[in-house]
Amino acid sequence: MSTVRTGMVSAGGAGKTARFIDWIDERFPLTAMMKEHVTEYYAAKSFNVWYVFGVLALVVLILQFVTGIFLTMSYKPSAEDAFASVEYIMREVEWGWLIRYMHSTGASMFFVVVYLHMFRALMYGSYKAPRELLWIVGMFIYLVLMAQAFTGYLLPWGQMSYWGAQVIVSLFGAIPVVGAGLVEWIRGDFFISDITLNRFFALHVAAIPLALLLLVVVHILALHTTGSLNPDGIEIKEKKGPDGIPLDGVAFHPFHTSKDLVAIIIFAIVFAAVLFFAPEMGGYFLEHANFEPANLLKTPAHIAPVWYFTPFYAILRAVPSKGWGAFLMLLSIVLLFVLPWLDRCKVKSIRYRGWQYKVALGGLVVSFIALGFLGLQPATEKVYVYAARLFAGIYFAFFLLMPLYTSRERTKPVPERVVFHGHE
Amino acid sequence: MSEEASVSRRHFLTVATTVTGVVGLALTAAPFIASFRPSTRAQALGAPVTVDISKLDEGAMVRIVWRGQPVWVLRRSKDMLKRLADGTLALKDPNSNESIQPAFAQNEWRALRPDYLVVIGNCTHLGCAPLERFEVAPADLGSDWVGGFFCPCHGSKFDLSARVMAGSPAPTNLSIPPYRFVGDELIVVGEETGATA
Repeated sequence: MSTVRTGMVSAGGAGKTARFIDWIDERFPLTAMMKEHVTEYYAAKSFNVWYVFGVLALVVLILQFVTGIFLTMSYKPSAEDAFASVEYIMREVEWGWLIRYMHSTGASMFFVVVYLHMFRALMYGSYKAPRELLWIVGMFIYLVLMAQAFTGYLLPWGQMSYWGAQVIVSLFGAIPVVGAGLVEWIRGDFFISDITLNRFFALHVAAIPLALLLLVVVHILALHTTGSLNPDGIEIKEKKGPDGIPLDGVAFHPFHTSKDLVAIIIFAIVFAAVLFFAPEMGGYFLEHANFEPANLLKTPAHIAPVWYFTPFYAILRAVPSKGWGAFLMLLSIVLLFVLPWLDRCKVKSIRYRGWQYKVALGGLVVSFIALGFLGLQPATEKVYVYAARLFAGIYFAFFLLMPLYTSRERTKPVPERVVFHGHE
Repeated sequence: MSEEASVSRRHFLTVATTVTGVVGLALTAAPFIASFRPSTRAQALGAPVTVDISKLDEGAMVRIVWRGQPVWVLRRSKDMLKRLADGTLALKDPNSNESIQPAFAQNEWRALRPDYLVVIGNCTHLGCAPLERFEVAPADLGSDWVGGFFCPCHGSKFDLSARVMAGSPAPTNLSIPPYRFVGDELIVVGEETGATA
């Protein structure tokens, strides 16, 4: 009897592997799913570097799941033990420091990747019809990610964990009538206590990850329904060949996956550099005040959230009123959800849009970075407060004036097919 | 039975089943939502706390914990009381109409006795613990600063009676807990004389 060539699926389906796949396919649509989402999912061949961040987000998600599971094996979610158990992980668990730094670096890198992914959508119009739902699901992922980062940050039970949680939970107190009761309900106590820590742990390791996973699946299914957009903002499905395959599309696997693999390797190099040489990132990824155990009698002299929340924090601080500050902070995120309906321009990609949107998007990026910087500064400097008001104004103008400036844009003609310069 | 009657009957049954299901789901959710509220143990730990003030110097402050919240007991000196009375900075709620305090503390001193300020040290903005800044006219707080509390988180300012100054993000004065004196040496935080707190 000749040797069986395992791992090879021939068209005839005579091999053992093929018969095994057939056996599965009669009971579960494995091949059909692989075709629909991987080997016969067509995306434009003109993808540029901006199109790698979705895949990178998926990579970081898996990294956070794996490192997180291993951290729970040594971490103790109680006010008494939490801080000491993190030190135990760092100093006594074999490779514990590596696993924990991977998780903490992963948290920041998740936001780096997600912010770039969102910027890509803003540039090429991936939020516009027919991808509104895809965008909204993405925004929910962002929101859940924030909840995940927030609940996770309390767990080391350091000074910044404690006071950061105090500030964020108190934000709910700004809601009229039910606010005070709601704050008590979230904390489960009259202050941020052992009880709060315990439930944040449950949310961080079980409830929120499940929600995140579900939303990511919905996000990908929605993407595969509308199809991926491209830097030209053209629907490749409108130009199909006789075989029914988009003329400008290439299969996700092996074409896009091989390109993504390069991105993943470069990302891994950057990630490792941060992980091994600057895991605290000078206090931006892991704040120095958090190396002190939580002390409920003493707020750190300077309190700031981790960098990915500072733009919203700066908006909150810019307003000398609790209710309005919290409202504007909420609004700054809610406006992102309705973006598809604020934009009146028919052209999707920034390549063919008028100067108005280019200026507005530039203003948004500058104001977001500036607010991020200002949110890290101490609250005493008046000049920072005025600057925060200015940039918050620009941030809100991007959204609120959008129906006006996008309906006046003089756009350039959009080409029929994607612009693509192949290699010889 | 006619086709039409059957359809309307099915419609009724569908609606009735759905409504029953939703009500059942809501009733089942109630215990889970209620389980998030402070437990009996958390509530029991909110018992009154006694502070010994016999060794507290003029101008000095002690911090204690009551219900997990920092409570400050500041013994205000004559000079502090004078600076407080002479202060020129505008206040948001000078008469404490919007603020939380026992009835006995709704006065200029926000206290039972002018020399002792007993106050919950959580900023009414977002709950940070303000810092004691009793010095006069420090560089970072301006020349008209006559002493008080400053919240480092979001820059709220309070005078020596813990009243919030205009322009601060904090909406109201710091809260005053119920408390009472036992002679001249003890303060019980968490209960008022003759009242259930």
